Amino acid sequence: MSTRLAKGGRLTDRSKQIEFTFNGKRLTGVAGDTLASALLANDQMMMGRSFKYHRPRGVVASGAEEPNALVNLGKGDKHEPNQRATTTELFDGLTATSQNHWPNLDYDIGAVNGLFGRFLTAGFYYKMFIHPRPFWKHLYEPFIRQSAGLGKAPDAEARDPDTYEHFYAFYDVVVVGGGVAGLQAAKAAGESGASVLLMEQTPHWGGRAPVDGGTIDGKPAEDWINDTLQALENMPNVTIRTRMMGAGVYDHGYMLGYERLTDHAPQMPGPRHRLWKIRTKQIITATGAIERPLSFAGNDIPGVVLASAVRDYAVNYGVSVGDRTVVVTNNDDAYRTAIALKNLGMDVPAIIDARHTGGGALMAEAKALGIRVETGRGVAKVLGGKRVKGVMLCNQQGEGATIEEIPCECVAMSGGWSPVVHLWSHCGGKLTWDEEQAFFRPDASRAPTSHDGKPFVAVAGAANGYLQLNDVMQDADAVAKSVASAVGFTATGSAPTAEAQPEAAMEQVWLMPQGASYDLRLKTWLDYQNDVKVSDVQLAAKEGYESVEHTKRYTTLGMATDQGKLSNINGLATLSNALNESIPQVGTTTFRPPYTPISMGAIGGEARGDIFQPIRKTPIHAWHEAHGAAWEPVGQWRRPYCYPRSGESKHDAVTREVNATRQSLGLLDASTLGKIIVKGPDAGKFMDMLYTNMMSTLKPGKCRYGLMCSENGFLSDDGVVARLDEDTFLCHTTTGGADRIHAHMEEWLQTEWWDWQVYTANVTEQWAQFAVVGPNARKVLEKLGGMDLSKENLAFMEWKDGELAGTRARVFRISFSGELSFEVGVPANQGRDFWDKLIEAGAEFNVTPYGTEALHVMRAEKGFIMIGDETDGTVIPQDLGLNWAISKKKEDYIGKRAQQRSHMTDPSRWQLVGLETEDGSVLPDGAYAVASGHNANKQCNTQGRVTSTYYSPTLKKGIAMGLVLNGPDRMGESIPFMCADGETIVRATIVSPVFFDPEGEKQNV
Amino acid sequence: MSKPVLPLGGASSQGIVTVAEHGPAGMITLRGDLSSEALIKAVTDLTGAAMPGQRGANTNGDYGLLWMSPDELLILLPYAEADAAVATLDTALAGTHFLAVNVSDARAQFILKGAAVREVIAKIAPVDLSPAAFAPGEVRRTRFAQVAAGFWLADAETAHVFCFRSVAEYMFNTLRAVSVTGSEVGVFTA
Repeated sequence: MSTRLAKGGRLTDRSKQIEFTFNGKRLTGVAGDTLASALLANDQMMMGRSFKYHRPRGVVASGAEEPNALVNLGKGDKHEPNQRATTTELFDGLTATSQNHWPNLDYDIGAVNGLFGRFLTAGFYYKMFIHPRPFWKHLYEPFIRQSAGLGKAPDAEARDPDTYEHFYAFYDVVVVGGGVAGLQAAKAAGESGASVLLMEQTPHWGGRAPVDGGTIDGKPAEDWINDTLQALENMPNVTIRTRMMGAGVYDHGYMLGYERLTDHAPQMPGPRHRLWKIRTKQIITATGAIERPLSFAGNDIPGVVLASAVRDYAVNYGVSVGDRTVVVTNNDDAYRTAIALKNLGMDVPAIIDARHTGGGALMAEAKALGIRVETGRGVAKVLGGKRVKGVMLCNQQGEGATIEEIPCECVAMSGGWSPVVHLWSHCGGKLTWDEEQAFFRPDASRAPTSHDGKPFVAVAGAANGYLQLNDVMQDADAVAKSVASAVGFTATGSAPTAEAQPEAAMEQVWLMPQGASYDLRLKTWLDYQNDVKVSDVQLAAKEGYESVEHTKRYTTLGMATDQGKLSNINGLATLSNALNESIPQVGTTTFRPPYTPISMGAIGGEARGDIFQPIRKTPIHAWHEAHGAAWEPVGQWRRPYCYPRSGESKHDAVTREVNATRQSLGLLDASTLGKIIVKGPDAGKFMDMLYTNMMSTLKPGKCRYGLMCSENGFLSDDGVVARLDEDTFLCHTTTGGADRIHAHMEEWLQTEWWDWQVYTANVTEQWAQFAVVGPNARKVLEKLGGMDLSKENLAFMEWKDGELAGTRARVFRISFSGELSFEVGVPANQGRDFWDKLIEAGAEFNVTPYGTEALHVMRAEKGFIMIGDETDGTVIPQDLGLNWAISKKKEDYIGKRAQQRSHMTDPSRWQLVGLETEDGSVLPDGAYAVASGHNANKQCNTQGRVTSTYYSPTLKKGIAMGLVLNGPDRMGESIPFMCADGETIVRATIVSPVFFDPEGEKQNV
Repeated sequence: MSKPVLPLGGASSQGIVTVAEHGPAGMITLRGDLSSEALIKAVTDLTGAAMPGQRGANTNGDYGLLWMSPDELLILLPYAEADAAVATLDTALAGTHFLAVNVSDARAQFILKGAAVREVIAKIAPVDLSPAAFAPGEVRRTRFAQVAAGFWLADAETAHVFCFRSVAEYMFNTLRAVSVTGSEVGVFTA
């Protein structure tokens, strides 16, 4: 059984007990434990079940690469699936449950899949569920979805109570990885004077060195680490962070750091995770190496653990995986595990070394401790089900005939090491195959390059393929010095020298025993999390899969949440053997960020709840809210759609608002409309280019409606222009168009007409602006007092500055409703006060604030177009009968040339007309007018479509506008419109789009 | 004229920095030839602040000059003086090509105070806030989270932030959210 040793545990504090639960069972760990070490200390060998066969699985690693020990962490709103027990620091009150089993971890119905393992081979889903085709949608897919996924998805109604944030940071050099290589690299770079950020994903510095032993500069590794850390802390130009992972490397020195602030102490205040968005000149990845499993039958049984992890649990946490540990290896490093365990008083029945010649100095040391070493041998099979009971010893060169059964509780395996090249590869760094050490290492001559074509990522230490301690230190120092010089600094310190036991060469072992039978290969796992076995990859090769990328997707090798950190190299070696090609010929799959999964919360940062998105608010927003506005989003603004009273439907509210406005007095908050100042000696010339009509002839004090088109001739925006003085125009734009049109103006001024003397300024938000509309509009403004707004003094389409009710005001006499109408602009900070005064003064006129829908209805009754309704990016002003607003005299305006192209002058372009249903009903929005016959796609031919459609309270019937083939020539003709059901036809008569007061008598009073 | 109403009525919050809505304060956008002697004289006479260079922010009490672009200044002054100052500029610069416009009401302003002011801003603005890269006396037009914003440091622990009026509430809520107690980053203050 796995248990806590009598003493030891470099990272733990046994005086502090920590209570936690696993599957509801109350357990105890100690401070410094990870969830994995604490579970092992409680003899909880089995931590979950595998994805496909529901095999019992225990922890196999001790760090970020762990594929098996994934748990549901937390409850309710804090529940989070697929959390690695190996990187979860234990805290008081932690609750974890195991995943992917029913009814419980020990007895699981899904494990029956394992009995059919022979049939659930690679590509099973593709082969099985393809026929009969209709079964996919109704039978297969629901079933597969139900069985898919490891952890439990959070409840849809759960709301994460934690907070998250981002942080923008800038450095000369970022060092990823706080092992001895990273520490030395940061020290050397820091000493050069460069600004340096050093990040380490675990809470501890020094990486593997304290566990693996050796001396640096004559000191035990741990002492050197502490001294170096002290030196780094004293450098003001160096920032060091633990619990922060280098998540991804992107173009041009951009990278993400994922900092876990309170995962280990959830009661702490502040954000849970912080995502660092880092710009750096150079990146050094000192990300170490990951040990590889060996491929033998039963290598997934709980108790089969990476040799380095067995050592970590013993040394770092004082935990043994089992009393008797058999070490299986193809290299010298695993001997360190045997030696460490033996020195801690545990049994090591045997070291099974696949190499005929065995190892070097470490083997001698192990033998001297009395450990039995079997060279040229392998494991034929691991015995046991839910935990290891022993191994069958065999010859590595054979087919697995048993020589001897060795009882044990733990198998410590090592198939060699793979440098962590992920961050190097994220942005295009290439790899080279190191045949001697059997791994891919970064190829410095093919580094990721920045904007200047020069490398911006360098790799140091084990991640760079240097596994011996002294090599690591020399490499880290040299890399840091060269990086420092790349950012303009000079590092002068000397590299520390290190000593460790020398290691003999490893030997490539991709299958154990070498000639393992099919039955053994069926139980030999490559990818633990996705249940991919040696036999699956071999089958894929047999079926013709040659590309590693295809094999990956066919077998799902490396596609689980661990992204194949343990399985990729073993899998592609298996594939290359099956294809009879070399490993570099087969190549690797692509490494993509993030290195390990990061939380969605961290990605979202502070953007959640009321600050998920900015909502723009006018100075009157609070009043609208208090008066029950139903909101309509317009750009990022919220505008009142209407103001339903208690018990009133939106439709009824709109009707009431329209009627009140037409009969007496309506008020609209028009503050969102864009207001752009255009000023300069060339302003008139510029305005003539921006608008389709002539603006330069507009007299100061006057207003004119105008249209703006894109270069391609399509109608882009409209609004009223007021000429403020000889040099200055004020352009009103649509609400959504303000920023876009301002940018459009600046683009033309800055890129094409840079020599024109014109300045623009967007003053949209300087003004709160209100439409005061209806027969009593003048009366209410006169009541406020301060300006002569008589017809004589302020005629239709004129504007004046003055004071109303003691507030500086700019009054425009313009109308979008056909009523007597004024738009009054006041400084935004006075806006609410002025609005309140209007409401108060308007009381005797039944003043009625109206929303965007009443605005729409009233403009439609008058046949005024609306950008976004009558236009959709394909409509030109000529389609809308707006020829009167297109100057024939002007030599040019933006869009003019485009409007002369043959398709734009085609008489068969649909034209704007009014539409009246024969039965008075409201036409469906967007409905098409059908024509006889069908097109090449067997669709009904069409002859027009509805662009705006409303119930008109004024006319008491449905009115609509639409674009219709030859429409203006077909007045009085009835045409059929198809409803959304594809069957019902509504007939409408083509009429003038001006439904109400065509002479404009109401607005001209 | 009634008393001007600030977008948030003078909201404030206390976390690792204090966030306080500022104002009413005057702002004039001035576009023109920033190398013109007439313009330089007009704006320095108006504010008593020195003409700023590229990205410069020179202040003098409630008055100040912020460099916004190669042809744009933002003039700071008391709210009540803005309209008159525009008229003064119109007179002083008459005959030259320029644009002066009162934008006091178009803005919301906040003052952030505290030792953590640099890192609070660095949580939402993609700007290098390290003391070596960004010093008092510099203005930066950037974004704060999802909205356009500008800011300058009055001193090592005080930042002035301005944005559009319509997003005042978003800005305040965001600044409050990223300055909650316990959210110190500790990179600029250590």
